Amino acid sequence: MPNPLKRPSRPGERSANGAGANGSNGASRGAQGVEAAKEGGGGLVGWVDERSGATGFLTGMMFRKVPKGTNWFYTLGSATLFAFTAQAITGVFLAMYYTPSPTEAYESITHLTNDVWMGEFVRGMHKWGATVMICLIFLHMGRTFFFGAYKYPRELNWVIGVVLLILTLVMGLTGYLLPFDQRSYWATVVANNITATGPVVGPYLADFLRAGPEVGATTIQRFYAIHMLLVPGLIAALIGAHMYLVVKLGTTAPPWLKAERPKNARKKTEVG
Amino acid sequence: MPDDGNSKQGPPEKLPKPDPAGYFEGETMTRRGVFSAGAMALGGAAGAVVLLPTIGFALAPLFEEEGDTWQKVGPVENFSEDTYTAVVITAVPGIGEAGKTTAYVRRSRGDDQSEGEDGFVAISTRCAHLGCPVRYVQAAGNFICPCHGGVYDFDGKVIGGPPVRPLDRFQTRPSDDGQVEVGPRFSVTSQLDPVRTRDPGEFTGGVWDYVYPPRPSVPPAP
Repeated sequence: MPNPLKRPSRPGERSANGAGANGSNGASRGAQGVEAAKEGGGGLVGWVDERSGATGFLTGMMFRKVPKGTNWFYTLGSATLFAFTAQAITGVFLAMYYTPSPTEAYESITHLTNDVWMGEFVRGMHKWGATVMICLIFLHMGRTFFFGAYKYPRELNWVIGVVLLILTLVMGLTGYLLPFDQRSYWATVVANNITATGPVVGPYLADFLRAGPEVGATTIQRFYAIHMLLVPGLIAALIGAHMYLVVKLGTTAPPWLKAERPKNARKKTEVG
Repeated sequence: MPDDGNSKQGPPEKLPKPDPAGYFEGETMTRRGVFSAGAMALGGAAGAVVLLPTIGFALAPLFEEEGDTWQKVGPVENFSEDTYTAVVITAVPGIGEAGKTTAYVRRSRGDDQSEGEDGFVAISTRCAHLGCPVRYVQAAGNFICPCHGGVYDFDGKVIGGPPVRPLDRFQTRPSDDGQVEVGPRFSVTSQLDPVRTRDPGEFTGGVWDYVYPPRPSVPPAP
């Protein structure tokens, strides 16, 4: 591993070459930096680090402390992130073959599924990955809820997570229309009409989604633009905010783990 | 004081020290404040120039009026009083098969005021629950929706399931060359009185006229 990315040593511990101490002392840190630059010197990572200072952030993120009791349930967020990444990658490649037009959409889907090499696999990844992502996001939400990880100071991250959940469901809704077969067409008709039943704003919102009073020529393009440009951008930005807060605030211990009493703490005495 | 300009002693004593700091007498804004506000106004204007037309562009279909939708569906002799004849009409032009929809047309029996003097009734297949396509079942004389089990009688009135109002209808008229023409859609109340078109799932009449306000994109009641 390149020197700048090595794990920082524990407080009060000095590594052999003096570099990478915890940096609580500003003067010694500066001196170590120079030392490290002299010693490590070349290498791409060193070059980038000298100009960006990125490794401070990266080591802080990668070697951050996690509470005792951290278990497999804590990987559900990362799993959701992986599912999103998989959707983004397969989605980009599906977009290379897909035509968002009411007369050609179904043809292009048939073509990419049946004729393009591995097309069935990539489309299958995207289709089933969507379901997997919805499942994972709910499991992640359940973990956060049942572990009490939404409590102070993490309420804002819960709110961001809820917005991400809604955006993911919007992705599911808009993506469902794109194959433009009977099922996706009528599902979209029904979803739009449910939207239209909302009081006062409902009919306008449905008109906006459909681009008119009926599911028509531009509805599919509209859904496509929302599905592959608008919402993914919002999701990516909010995932950034979500993860910033995770790193900033740290994770919680599982609720069944009691806080340890310091060894020198006084024993509780009954009074009266 | 010959070298007043180069003095490092701070500002000349003759200039009053602004109080509060940054404001000279009679000023309501500091120089910094003017430039901050100006920069923000300029940035806001630049953003608005991009954003407002774009939003209008995306919202434009809300204000588009439907064009002329009258279309011929067959000679008058094709339609009887006792049963419906399915005709295919184009609901959304320009998108091929996806824009076509079925309507059920019959001759008016004249025993119903809402059937009008034009002599024909055209029932839309768009279910009044959530918009799935209903099918006329000859044996039962009912319209049945495959999605959530809505059932309508021969006139399109609800007799079962979740729909909130009778089936929509289309305006009809005889054409000069002996054909029936089907025109714009309209919704009906539970008494089959024509009202302005609603989306499926929306009630008609009473307070619902305000809950679901009229929009430019849907035609008025006939």
